[in-house]
Amino acid sequence: MSPRSLISGGLLLLGAALPSCFSNNRHQGQRLYAQHCAGCHGEQGQGLARLIPPLAGSDYLAKHRAELPCLVRNGQHGMIVVNGVGYHNVMPGNKTMSTAQLTNLLNYVESHWGNQAAPRTIRDVQTQLDSCRRP
Amino acid sequence: MFQRLFAVPALVALLFSACSSPEVRLPILGEREVHPRADGGPADTVFATVPAFRLTDQAGQVITNKTLAGRAYVADFFFATCPGICPKMQGEMLKVYTQFAKDPRVVFLSHTIDPAHDTLPILRDYAQRLGITDATRWHFATTGAHGEPTAKDTVFQLAHAYFTAALPDKQAPGGFAHNGTFALVDDQGHIRGLYDSLNAAEVARLLAELPILLAEIDTRKAQPVAQNQ
Repeated sequence: MSPRSLISGGLLLLGAALPSCFSNNRHQGQRLYAQHCAGCHGEQGQGLARLIPPLAGSDYLAKHRAELPCLVRNGQHGMIVVNGVGYHNVMPGNKTMSTAQLTNLLNYVESHWGNQAAPRTIRDVQTQLDSCRRP
Repeated sequence: MFQRLFAVPALVALLFSACSSPEVRLPILGEREVHPRADGGPADTVFATVPAFRLTDQAGQVITNKTLAGRAYVADFFFATCPGICPKMQGEMLKVYTQFAKDPRVVFLSHTIDPAHDTLPILRDYAQRLGITDATRWHFATTGAHGEPTAKDTVFQLAHAYFTAALPDKQAPGGFAHNGTFALVDDQGHIRGLYDSLNAAEVARLLAELPILLAEIDTRKAQPVAQNQ
């Protein structure tokens, strides 16, 4: 076997193995949003009238950044004010989402529809989750 | 000869009327009963109608079949704290409502399937938050305005009559499982269309079919009563 064919064979093997090294998580945040959030908050994060607060261009996301992992995990009860409008609908929590999934979801929401927050790391989100008040 | 000459414009008029108003008629949904006539004549077909109901809307007004008779209405089933499909469903209903908000020939009717929680003040708040200020245009109604113990059963039966599945389910978000069907009802209480509110194409079909029904109702009203039967 010539060195050239060895190299090309090796490259082929590498090419076959590489895709399995990457998980399909690139759009996980978007998929999780569509699955868990879009029904209420809208496909474009627009919310619904004064019933469901918007996520698009929402001042609440910026002002309460550190609380958001706990809010998504444990849900939201009671009045919150978003862009000057009060909302009191109950949002159910999601206890089954992993820290990594939560991170991807929040990064998706916080980088779309006019939101421009810095990306979160899984470690940041884990630290914030550790300090959640007991619901 | 004279007679033949008269026949030509009549024929042309017939052709034109056929062209300008194609006879599209929405089906009447539900069971139908055929009653043979005692005199042996053609049997009478009796089409299903929405059963008798008595609701109270967010303004405290009683809504019965009579309140809505003579007009078309679009009905759905929701509950105020529903975290599942309701916001999407009511958002779609709002789109339809917005297009027909000023058309008195059609009204909108949302039934709560959680009458124990959705009291009149809660329904009022819900309507206002959705931007509905006129309760006579879009009723948010309950079967349990006075704490009726059978309110839940009543509304579930009513949902069934409108071909909407609704039942308590501890596993479902908010404690109730239901689907987001919109029912289009005509001036005589017949259901003329069912649309899945979670499917954009179905909502578009409702927007296209509502004017067809309104035209039919207009025609019916323009005719003498005797011909309606």
